[in-house]
Parts: sequence; structure tokens; C-alpha cells
Amino acid sequence: MLRIDCPWCGPRDEDEFVNGGDAHIDRPEPPEQVSPEDWAAYLFFHTNPKGVLAERWVHSFGCRRWFHALRDTVSHRILATYRPDAPRPDGVA
Amino acid sequence: MKGRYSALAIARHALTGNRHWPEAWRSPEPRAAYDVVIVGGGGHGLATAYYLAKQHGITNVAVLEAGWIGGGNTGRNTTIVRSDYYYPESAAFFDHSVSLYEGLSRELNFNIMFSQRGQLVVAHSRHELDFQRRLVNAMALNGVDMRMLSREECYARCPILNTRPDARYPILGGMWQGRAGTVRHDAVVWGYARAADRLGVDIIQQCAVTGIRRDPVSGAVTGVETTRGLIGAGRVGVAVAGHSSVLADMAGFRLPLRSYALQAFVSEPLKPVLHTIASSNVLGVYVSQSDKGGLVIGGNADAYASYAQRGNLPTMEAALASLIELIPSFSRVRLLRQWAGIVDYAYDSSPVLGKSPVPGLFLNSGWGGGGFKAIPASGETFAHTVATGDPHPLIRAFSLDRFRDLALVDEAAAAGIAH
Repeated sequence: MLRIDCPWCGPRDEDEFVNGGDAHIDRPEPPEQVSPEDWAAYLFFHTNPKGVLAERWVHSFGCRRWFHALRDTVSHRILATYRPDAPRPDGVA
Repeated sequence: MKGRYSALAIARHALTGNRHWPEAWRSPEPRAAYDVVIVGGGGHGLATAYYLAKQHGITNVAVLEAGWIGGGNTGRNTTIVRSDYYYPESAAFFDHSVSLYEGLSRELNFNIMFSQRGQLVVAHSRHELDFQRRLVNAMALNGVDMRMLSREECYARCPILNTRPDARYPILGGMWQGRAGTVRHDAVVWGYARAADRLGVDIIQQCAVTGIRRDPVSGAVTGVETTRGLIGAGRVGVAVAGHSSVLADMAGFRLPLRSYALQAFVSEPLKPVLHTIASSNVLGVYVSQSDKGGLVIGGNADAYASYAQRGNLPTMEAALASLIELIPSFSRVRLLRQWAGIVDYAYDSSPVLGKSPVPGLFLNSGWGGGGFKAIPASGETFAHTVATGDPHPLIRAFSLDRFRDLALVDEAAAAGIAH
């Protein structure tokens, strides 16, 4: 069981949250000029690191707001949580 | 050469106290180069090596295994073999795999204990029954042996299912595949290892790949860096399940995959109580009883990306709560063991097979939670792909290019069971 520090509410148990996949994935623009390769990269070809992953979470059974987290996919340790409009924190291993 | 396994061999070795059984496969030092290197000594990698040698005459092959044979996902799955897939491409592939499993003990001279006890997938609502009828009709048209069972037929095959009139998830009927069954999973990987070794394949354990060498001009693969030195290879097949993205990263490209932990559980041994595989998609649980009497229980994958082979508690709790809803009399059964394997899911829950962006490097990935049942067909078609350089007809639909072309085989939305 993870303890996840919601930037809006503070630390809560994992089962209050739902994972929302990769963070910081920008939709390519303008859509009519995006190549099939770039659409595929946007939709499917993400990183799948054995290590630190930036991902989205939603506090479904709490404030119901979204936020981002840096989590190690081997140890499951959460290195940082931050608001979705903030950039990925620097200096976090 | 190792002796054949037979009743006579058992009797002969019994007379000498079973002290002289030969090793099942050699443990050679890696050579400087091979025609083909297969990364990953699980079922898929060893089956590929076996069929490369058997069907294509390519015996200068090494299988590199980071751990030990049987220590990865081939020893971590729930041993179920079935082919209840919706799309024609999937049905053709997985039904071929079930057929190969049916002859595999004889093919490998190794008893894989394929017990075709059938799989029951129950439906809990009228709408789910309608959906199952649609699936069963489509699967039957694809040649898979599926049929619907009435409520009474479900209870006849599995009397311990929840019969309570006030059940939260009442059982109204189900779909049935009679050829589905369970296999002794270690025997599959040991059998392929032994058979491949006898054909000249080098199986190298405790040999992790740390890098992929490529020709600076053509970009083609030239070999792999390992913890036991550089090994040259003209062709490299990657069959590493949940670590496919890690290997792709070494070769300089990305895969449309995400790695998750998938848990399984085994209970204390019970007298025989469960004679089929019983499962529920709505509850997200499936269970069978092993020959030793343990209940082998599986559920959904953990809810977030993971490379940790342990799994988390909320998923475990959900799977076991579902089990007790499906079969209430299991409520006081204790678990003996729990574990997780790392599986790689593509966005359409179909595998990613065939050519990679790197010439000479071939992919056998994206099996998600459904890789064990695919092993024989995967090995056969992947061997064809590596040997000829062209994807086998049975796996053409599962190419990496399908994500660019949006030609997805979306079993995630269609199939009768999570996988």
C-alpha cells in the first residue's frame, strides 16, 4: 500500500487514488498537419522506464483533482508530487 | 546425448536409486559469436530456439537468460491455456497454440501434464449474457470450440459456485471452452530447454544483456553486450516479457508498451473440489485447482506501471474478495504463496511481434498477461520470422507498424476475458 501525498489534500492511502498514465505528454498541433508517425508517438510510443516515471494521478475518493507524481517503478517510492501546471521537478533522481 | 524419458527409463533408474539421471541440458560457456542470439530464456525464447533448430536447421543459436530457466514469467503464470479470442487474427494464432499444446508432450518427450478440463466464464447479468452470446458466436465462426452454458449447466460443472439467492453477483449462465485447460508450466520451459539443447542450442543462464551492438554505418545489429562478455550475432530475437522496453531502449527505439505487475496466489492444498477453470470478468478473478490440490488464483494486473516482482496489497484484496463472491466456500481457505510477474501490455492488449526498427533485431513482446498460452505458436512463428526475416503469416497483424497505421487488434475491448 502506497502513501501518496496529494498536493491538494496531503498524504492519503493508495486506494483513494486512480493512476492516469504518463504525465507531460503534449498533444501535437495543429492536428491537420501531424504525420501518422507523430500521432503514433503521441498516442502510443511513450517511455516505459525501469526507474523514475512521471505520471498522472487523480484523487478520486478525495478532492477529485489531478496532480503529477515522480515514482520509481522498481521500488514504488514516490519521489515528488506536484500540481499539474508545474514543470517536472529538477534534481530528483 | 541425454536418454529419452520413458516408463522403462523410470524403472531402470529406480533400480539404481535414481542417482544417474543425466542433466536435462548443458551449461556451456558462451562462444564469441552465434548465428542467432535469443535474449530471454523463458518459454517464448526457448521455444523459438527449439523451432529454429528443428524446423529451420539453424542450430548455432544461444539463448541468454539473466536469471535461471523457469524463474521468470513461465514459472509465475497461472498455467491456463485457452483460445477464447474475438478477432480472427487472434483466434487463428491462439487456437493454433492450443493445438500445438495438445501434441507438445510427445513433441518434446516431456510430460507437460496438459489437463483439458475446460474453462467456464460466468455471466452475472442479462446484458453480460447477451454480450457472451455475441462473443461465442463470433468465436465459433472463427473455429474456436466455444459454446454457451445455461445456469443449470454452470452449476452442474461447478457446484461450488455462488448459489445464494441474494448474491450481489448472481450467476445467470456462462460461456465454455472445452479444450481449455491447465499445463504444468515448469515442464513447458524445461521441456523446450532440454529439446533445444539436444538439437545443439547453447542455453546460457546467469547472463544478462546490458547493451545492443549495432553497425555504425548500416545500423544493423551485430551482437549483444552481456555480463559474461560480448557475444556477436547476425540476428537477435528479444523475448523478455516485461523488460522489452528496457531492451528496446538499449537498441535506441521505443515500444508502445507499458510494464505492470500481475499477481497470482496459491492456497493450501485441498481435496479435489474444482474440476474446471472458473472465472468472472465482472469480478476480475479466475481460479483452478492444481494436481497438488492448491487453488491457483489470478486477478487483474496492478493498477500502475511497475517493474517490481511482488505486487501490491489493494489488488490482492480485490482479487480475493472477488474469489469469495464467486465461490463463497473458499472464504476460510488460507494462501500459501503470492507472487508477481512483470508483463508488458500494448494499448490494444495484443502482442507486438516481428520486425523492429533495427535491422536484424526481432521483437517477441507485448503478451501482457496472456503469454503462457501462446508459447508454442509464438516460438514456431517467431523462429520463422527470425530465420526468414519475414513475419510468419499468423503474426503479420501483430506488427509494430499497426500503431502508426491504426490497424489495432483491439482485444482489450473485445475479448471475453481480461488478459
